[in-house]
Amino acid sequence: MTSNKFPVEASHIMMFARAIGNESPVYMDASAAQREEAAGIIAPPTFVAAAAQFDPDPDDTLRPRPGQPWLGSGRNPSGIDRPDSASGGGALHAEQHYEYHQPLRVGDVLTVSHLPGRTWDKEGRRSGKLTFSETLTEYRNQNNELIITARSVGVRTERPVG
Amino acid sequence: MPLYASRLKVGDVHSVRLVEDLSRTQIVQYAGASGDYNPLHTDEIFATKIAGYPTVFAHGMLTMGITSKMLTDYVGETRLTKYGVRFTNPVWPGDSLDAKATVKALISRNGENFVELSVSTTNQDGVEVLRGYAEARIDP
Repeated sequence: MTSNKFPVEASHIMMFARAIGNESPVYMDASAAQREEAAGIIAPPTFVAAAAQFDPDPDDTLRPRPGQPWLGSGRNPSGIDRPDSASGGGALHAEQHYEYHQPLRVGDVLTVSHLPGRTWDKEGRRSGKLTFSETLTEYRNQNNELIITARSVGVRTERPVG
Repeated sequence: MPLYASRLKVGDVHSVRLVEDLSRTQIVQYAGASGDYNPLHTDEIFATKIAGYPTVFAHGMLTMGITSKMLTDYVGETRLTKYGVRFTNPVWPGDSLDAKATVKALISRNGENFVELSVSTTNQDGVEVLRGYAEARIDP
């Protein structure tokens, strides 16, 4: 099991809610949210995806690092010498599942714990061989209360999809 | 605002248009908010010249987040107990998205009422881009 901390902040929730096109007051406005069933600002259902910002050792495709070549374009279409090996057919997110145990609130500090799940292969019509892999994640708050459990399924393809 | 078990029936459909003409800018907003900067989603040069896609495309998790607005508007922001999806087709810049929730079951568990929903999001051509399910606590 690997884990890291994810502090839940009001401005981050606001920016995430805007990005998904949801400006409900329970994500934006503390006093308005107080008058709702939420009784304060809470996070949108998929907000824990933003734990990626707090991943101390991110996958090479997740974010650029200072001083390290980046997969994306700069002077050239890719900043690394063999971009084909990194992007391959592409690793894509195939499924995401959440179970909600308690509302996620501003001020919570989540411990994000990952456990590997299964891996399996399948043949795709357009993409060649598909390799699926599952990750299970638990999000616990500062009181060790389970807030959300998640299961994600990624797929690696031989050829680009689309 | 809350849903009532006594007023819902299996087969009820809740449908809403969520996005008109998805912008590359919204995809970039999502990359920044989520921390997923994979250039497939935000870097047109990389996506087309290196990865071989016709254009950048939306994060699957952006589509899941967009669709969650239909759910939270329908059941309430604090009521979801489960939400799971499969990303069935890519979402491209310019797409318009409609999401639909269909009541599959009304169940009672430990003295609480729940609605089980199937969820589907389609683009302007009627192509399904996301398929899934949700479960929410409802009032009696």
